[in-house]
Amino acid sequence: MPASTGDFALWEVFVRVKNGLNHRHVGSVHAADARMAIEAARDAYTRRMEGISLWVLPSAAIVASDPAEADALFAPAQDKVYRHPTFYSVPDGVSHL
Amino acid sequence: MSPIARYALRLGDDALILGQRLGEWTGHAPSLELDLALANFALDLIGQATYLLGQAAAEEGKGRDGDSLAFHRDVFDFCNCLMVEQPNGDFARTIARQMLFSTFQNAFYEALSGLTASPLAPLAQKAKKETAYHARFAQDWVVRLGDGTPESAARMAEGLAWHWRFVDELFEMDGLEQDLCAAGLAVDKAKLRPAFDARVAEVLAQAKVQAPAAHRPVSGGRKGNHSEHLGHLLAQMQFLPRAYPGAVW
Repeated sequence: MPASTGDFALWEVFVRVKNGLNHRHVGSVHAADARMAIEAARDAYTRRMEGISLWVLPSAAIVASDPAEADALFAPAQDKVYRHPTFYSVPDGVSHL
Repeated sequence: MSPIARYALRLGDDALILGQRLGEWTGHAPSLELDLALANFALDLIGQATYLLGQAAAEEGKGRDGDSLAFHRDVFDFCNCLMVEQPNGDFARTIARQMLFSTFQNAFYEALSGLTASPLAPLAQKAKKETAYHARFAQDWVVRLGDGTPESAARMAEGLAWHWRFVDELFEMDGLEQDLCAAGLAVDKAKLRPAFDARVAEVLAQAKVQAPAAHRPVSGGRKGNHSEHLGHLLAQMQFLPRAYPGAVW
């Protein structure tokens, strides 16, 4: 193991509640490496039967969108309600839709 | 008490006292994550103790329950092994104890869960999963500290040296346990020793820590011969139910 660099890095924790569902972000832990992060995530976030599977990833590996660019990225979608599939009339006799 | 009740009492006392010790870390551990981890272990152990002491009281059949065994016995009536009552020391010493004890306890519950005649087998079935994680966690931390900085390595070595003399007692088989063992009701702990020694040697090698020099082994916990530390622990643990009998919350 390399010499200590002081504080532990931050890791993001994702929990899958049950088979077939997505892993969902639940929070973060501090840990020196992946194995310690899994153990810390287990101890902090699955104490009340919250899940059956864990992912952890270094917070530093996340690339986030720039809040200053929010208008350019997200505003153009605001006036395009037709992208929601709510304008179609469903023919009689179609079930299981 | 019947032999099986006394056996349950021993196992229950081990779990109870170590659970209480680990609980002392709550709010004081090196990080929030470790605080939660140690408190989780404490709760696992106190859960085991609740079952085992309850079982001992039921076998005894004198109207006592698990709580009265936990809170209304005095120090000489406790029959836990000496390792679990040792003070926490620093984090490394706590981890040294946890690695040694959980490695033992996990193998023990594994064996106990296979004794179909034992009334304690259902508990062992559950507890072997809990202790498998305790052992994994503690073994990992022995490696981290042992193979860490010069200071963490020195503290790890000191922690192991402190607890080394209490290892033999974990595997002791007295007349009570030999008789139960012959009836298929107790684990033959001597048989667990080679695998334990091999696993501990593996962890220490990975941690780049020398095994401590052989100490004169200390035992006597099963007969109620405890270190001075247990009385202090009990004074804290038993204060409330003794000062306020029948208190509920």
